[in-house]
Amino acid sequence: MKDGVNGVALGVFIFFFLAVTVMGFLASRWRRAENEHSLDEWGLGGRSFGTWVTWFLLGGDLYTAYTFVAVPAAIYAAGAAGFFAVPYTILVYPLIFTFLPRLWSVSHKHGYVTTSDFVRGRFGSKGLSLAVALTGILATMPYIALQLVGIQAVLDVMGVGGGENTNWFVKDLPLLIAFGVLAAYTYSSGLRAPALIAFVKDTLIYIVIAVAIIYIPIKLGGFDEIFAKASAAYAQTNPATGAPRGALVPADAGQWTYATLALGSALALFMYPHSITATLSSRSREVIRRNTTILPLYSLMLGLLALLGFMAIAAGIKVQNGQLAIPQLFETMFPDWFAGVAFAAIGIGALVPAAIMSIAAANLFTRNIYKDFIKPDATPAQETKVSKLVSLLVKVGALVFVLTMDKTVAINFQLLGGIWILQTFPALVGGLFTRWFHRWALLAGWAVGMVYGTLAAYGVASPTQQHFGGSSKEIPGIGEIGYIGLTAFVLNAVVTVVLTFVLRALKAPDGVDETSPEDYTADAGDPGVQVELPPATAGTSH
Amino acid sequence: MSDAPEVNGAVVTPLRVVIALCLVAPFVAMLWVGSYAKTDPVLAGIPFFYWYQMLWVLLSTLLTMVAYKLWQRDQRSRAARKGGASR
Repeated sequence: MKDGVNGVALGVFIFFFLAVTVMGFLASRWRRAENEHSLDEWGLGGRSFGTWVTWFLLGGDLYTAYTFVAVPAAIYAAGAAGFFAVPYTILVYPLIFTFLPRLWSVSHKHGYVTTSDFVRGRFGSKGLSLAVALTGILATMPYIALQLVGIQAVLDVMGVGGGENTNWFVKDLPLLIAFGVLAAYTYSSGLRAPALIAFVKDTLIYIVIAVAIIYIPIKLGGFDEIFAKASAAYAQTNPATGAPRGALVPADAGQWTYATLALGSALALFMYPHSITATLSSRSREVIRRNTTILPLYSLMLGLLALLGFMAIAAGIKVQNGQLAIPQLFETMFPDWFAGVAFAAIGIGALVPAAIMSIAAANLFTRNIYKDFIKPDATPAQETKVSKLVSLLVKVGALVFVLTMDKTVAINFQLLGGIWILQTFPALVGGLFTRWFHRWALLAGWAVGMVYGTLAAYGVASPTQQHFGGSSKEIPGIGEIGYIGLTAFVLNAVVTVVLTFVLRALKAPDGVDETSPEDYTADAGDPGVQVELPPATAGTSH
Repeated sequence: MSDAPEVNGAVVTPLRVVIALCLVAPFVAMLWVGSYAKTDPVLAGIPFFYWYQMLWVLLSTLLTMVAYKLWQRDQRSRAARKGGASR
């Protein structure tokens, strides 16, 4: 690593950062509706986004800065095992093609802003809805914190805020500024800010990846050379474990882990509140289905990006903290000004999802805790006000988390968050297709999944950590190593089905279902839908 | 007329079976890790394991597009059959 501050790179980084800041504040004027004081406006951008805006927004939302740093970092550390992110994102799209349009329709018809809104309406259970909301908030917080970790990695490599010897305030000042600005424009512009900034973010990312994937292999002597060097590096024995560092291809034992991680992560992705927020902001049901056919472009990019992990090895990048491998690779290989562009891409890549995540968590709190339990007669204007404040609180929480605790804590919680959020799948996706599940059974299944997942993850040790050392463990009854989240999900589903039979036999009281079958297929153009639900009053329609 | 287009008529049709197959294929291909956990054949220096999965990004996109087009056709024909008179 070069000593001192990389002035040119920092200048380019600051230029882009200022540009998106201005865009963020101006975004509140973009496609503004008459009634801006409703949660539909602030929290869902007026539910007005078409195919391309939704594509940029979802892409900007799902492929976060942390993804860009962590996926190649995993490859850098251990090889093939880290590549599961690619099959994971392949499986996401056929999956959401099947269920998201139904969620969009029923949410549009009944004015639902969050997944918990839907669960409450479908099962008539505030308890179940609260469980889903709390899980969502808990899983989102560490995810926001990880976006900060992504920015920190970039700042470190640029030579600002890195040194161990500077005092904490100077060290963290750049991060504080970045987050102050982010918080301010999210507060004033809502979902419109990240939607607009996502254009810049994704354009920069695509340019950087395209250049990196051509330029770096040429400098390193081609892919043959890169993979040969990587293969040699993985074969070396790691002194901490006594086993080879990694492999180019997963061994038989690792294949279950690979497949279960891909499947479990794919099932979990669209349970996250921020994915749903971006989905519900789209204009019509068709926008979502059309998007499942163009979003995979990001998966391709992710695959190429993952290959950068091998290039980091071949380029002889040596870092203690794997998260720094890719920023360091950029700094070493690129001219300073283009390294600045690449760092800006990662930095802005952190701001977009962080904004959407904080909005999504705030919506959950406002709709499913504040309105359901604290102030049932809240007006749309009050809802919006609370949501804006909570979005600030959530970000401050994430900031405190990152500044006061070790980075590994944020990563551990993020890992747990994935396991947790998957446990809301039966209530949400199950509920979209059938009303057969009993609400109490769903709640019990959720609880079992949460407890098993947390305990199992706690019990995983790694060479550097006693607990939460990873997300895979032996699957009881099968004996292979698999993703804990998926095992917990299967347990959850079994408990839900068995208890539903029991509760139905006992004739336990079933909640009121306020939805009807045709709600799940309604589209914006259909007669009845728009007349019943003018966008400006959607937040008050029930 | 188009109150409940998705529940009208027979639920399982040959068209819908094809749609389902398009959507299920990526799961079979990707979760069967043993079928692609090898280095050969190498393509442009990239081991099979990696380029094969990237190829599936394109294949699954293609399959989803086919599913989308077929689904639109399915919905149109149903709407036409159901609401032809009132239109």
